[in-house]
Amino acid sequence: MQKKWVPLFGAAALCAAMTTPQAAKAEQLTLCWAAWDPANALVELSKDFTAKSGIDMKFEFVPWTSYADRFLNELNSRGKLCDLIIGDSQWIGGAAENGHYVKLNDFFAKEGIKMDDFVPATVVGYSEWPKNTPNYWALPAMGDVVGWTYRKDWFERPELQKEFKAKYGWDLAAPKTYDQLKQIAEFFQKRQIDGKTIYGASIYTERGSEGITMGVTNVLYDWGFMYENPKKPYDMQGYVNSPDAIKGLEFYKALYDCCTPPGSSNVYMVESADAFKSGQVAMQMNFAFTWPGLYKDEKVGGDRIGFFANPAEKYHFAQLGGQGISVVAYSDKRDAALQYIKWFAQPDVQAKWWKLGGYSCLKAVVDAPDFKTSQPYAPAFLESMAIVKDFWAEPSYAELLQSMQKRVHDYVIAGKGTAKQALDGLVVDWTEIFKEDGKI
Amino acid sequence: MTTSHHTFADKTAEAAVRATPEPLARRVRSLSDKAIAWLFIAPTIALLLAINIFPLFWAIYLSFTNYRANRPNAEVRNVGLGNYSRVLNDPDIWASMQTTAHFVFWTILLQTVIGFGLAYLIDRKFRGHAFWTTLILIPMMLSPAVVGNFWRFLYEPQIGLFAYAVSFLTGIPTSEIQMLGSVQLAPWAIIIVDTWMWTPYVMLICLAGLRSIPDYIYEAAEVDRASPWRQFWSITVPMALPFIMLAVLFRGIENFKMFDMVNLLTGGGPGSTTEVASIALKRDAFEAWATGRSSAFAIVLFVAVFGLANIYVKALNRVKQR
Repeated sequence: MQKKWVPLFGAAALCAAMTTPQAAKAEQLTLCWAAWDPANALVELSKDFTAKSGIDMKFEFVPWTSYADRFLNELNSRGKLCDLIIGDSQWIGGAAENGHYVKLNDFFAKEGIKMDDFVPATVVGYSEWPKNTPNYWALPAMGDVVGWTYRKDWFERPELQKEFKAKYGWDLAAPKTYDQLKQIAEFFQKRQIDGKTIYGASIYTERGSEGITMGVTNVLYDWGFMYENPKKPYDMQGYVNSPDAIKGLEFYKALYDCCTPPGSSNVYMVESADAFKSGQVAMQMNFAFTWPGLYKDEKVGGDRIGFFANPAEKYHFAQLGGQGISVVAYSDKRDAALQYIKWFAQPDVQAKWWKLGGYSCLKAVVDAPDFKTSQPYAPAFLESMAIVKDFWAEPSYAELLQSMQKRVHDYVIAGKGTAKQALDGLVVDWTEIFKEDGKI
Repeated sequence: MTTSHHTFADKTAEAAVRATPEPLARRVRSLSDKAIAWLFIAPTIALLLAINIFPLFWAIYLSFTNYRANRPNAEVRNVGLGNYSRVLNDPDIWASMQTTAHFVFWTILLQTVIGFGLAYLIDRKFRGHAFWTTLILIPMMLSPAVVGNFWRFLYEPQIGLFAYAVSFLTGIPTSEIQMLGSVQLAPWAIIIVDTWMWTPYVMLICLAGLRSIPDYIYEAAEVDRASPWRQFWSITVPMALPFIMLAVLFRGIENFKMFDMVNLLTGGGPGSTTEVASIALKRDAFEAWATGRSSAFAIVLFVAVFGLANIYVKALNRVKQR
């Protein structure tokens, strides 16, 4: 009796075997990025792409701490894990020169995707290599920049406003200059609010990856730090270590010494956001991607939180964050990956991206009349994106970054040497790296 | 007829035997002991060659080149001894070696003294000694990742139990006790954690040494009216010494390579205060991507550990022969 069923099951299995490959034919793309809030928004957004194209999206998200290690290893080993990658802005030079990314110029031209439609700073920062040339390796995907959040509810307390005005002679509000920022930080440092000791500001100090560099450059640019002589590439003497840059670095150390919470020697994005969320600090330096999450936070969000762009000093800049989306050259699904980029570049998709918590770089979205009022943090984001500057995007950026991490952490956190020695040492390191690269 | 049948059957059988391959068991039986031994260890040797020896030689090769793993398309040039010269003349690398030596010295000293002390106490076989032994061994059984994160919270100046306990005992405000953020305290923060975690390991080895001392030696010493102090220095310490030295060897090699704990607790900071050789090597190899140079650094470290360990093993053998 049982034997009778065998051919039947066999036929059924054969049918299944014949139909399964059909199902598997529906392509699946793997997108690699960091594990953070915008990535969750992208998962949500990409459902529309799947619905429209029938292509499934798989996501490989890794924590920021291992993001560069993981994906640069993948690219360097010519791995096929990622079809699409949202790679960090500094990777673009290396990825372009080593052939990791597909050059997108022809594709953009064919599909009518114009780089003029995107915020210029994001095109330079996320897409171009060499910089300021029309060679595109990515589509601007996630605009990001270092800015600040503050405890608006504390700033608005009448008794604190009165005390602050009496002490410093100006109204307690979001600072416009670094002197003002430091005064506010000093004012709040170790103050008792609602029975709890609070501190002035949380700033980037992380040693392991890129944290302290992102924080320090965010401040140094405003004092006058420049990566190189604008008229002579890789001529760094007197630019990286200019007297103004030295003053800027001294300021960063002074801010760290006077006004950060105890135990702040290794703070980056997560730790800074945590310090703010736990009601520990009055102000927080952090990338703009954290703002939607903080605004939604029950304890510190809503009316309690305010946002401001990086203060100005002699100049007015902010450290660029964010990334572009690229097609990995080793992917077997290049056409489908390009299809995703084409879909992602559409204005309505970009508008939804912003609504979901991603930061669109499309002018049509950010220049829309209602953009500034669309979210409380939108004005600070717009103001910040207009003043961005980025770290080296050279193929040897990783080595350049390591030198800076070491030099500035040694000075700012460990108190080793002077600001001048730190920046002079940085010029020596960077010169050696560029010499090895054959750039000097 | 019968005869002819047998003859045919025999012939068929013989032909079948000739055609059938020799059974494996018989063929194996015909192998010499040496051949069988090689057969068994060959997979292990192949594996060892593939995952240990080949990478070692590959690293030696890379150490003479300018290769960078993040520039797969770049031309690989032979730089001779350039990488070695750079490594040996790099003040930062020497600083990391000094930091490593500092860690190795203090962790071994503390772990040996405390580990031997605990083993000596446990060896007394007091009531509940088995329970205490198990309790003491717990830190060693935990993963370094768990221990690193656990202690990071303990060291937290604002909410950490460690800062609270020190503050309670000394009166210093907790915000001043920045174990991981202070240049002076951070190296000690790591030494404390490593000692907490690995002293039980030293204790176990020392305990084995103490338990290997025959009772009759102590009984003879009692008869000779040797004081406990004399027994300790003349019997216990010399007889347990090879075991203590073995523990020092194991911990020395391990701590020379110390990575996970430092990485989790301080990441080498503040500044470069706790940047031990393995952290510096990791940065050079996987963050700065100077693959050739970091290979030279790795070879220098390997030679240093190998050389020191060999000298030490010779000393250990001498002690054992005494």
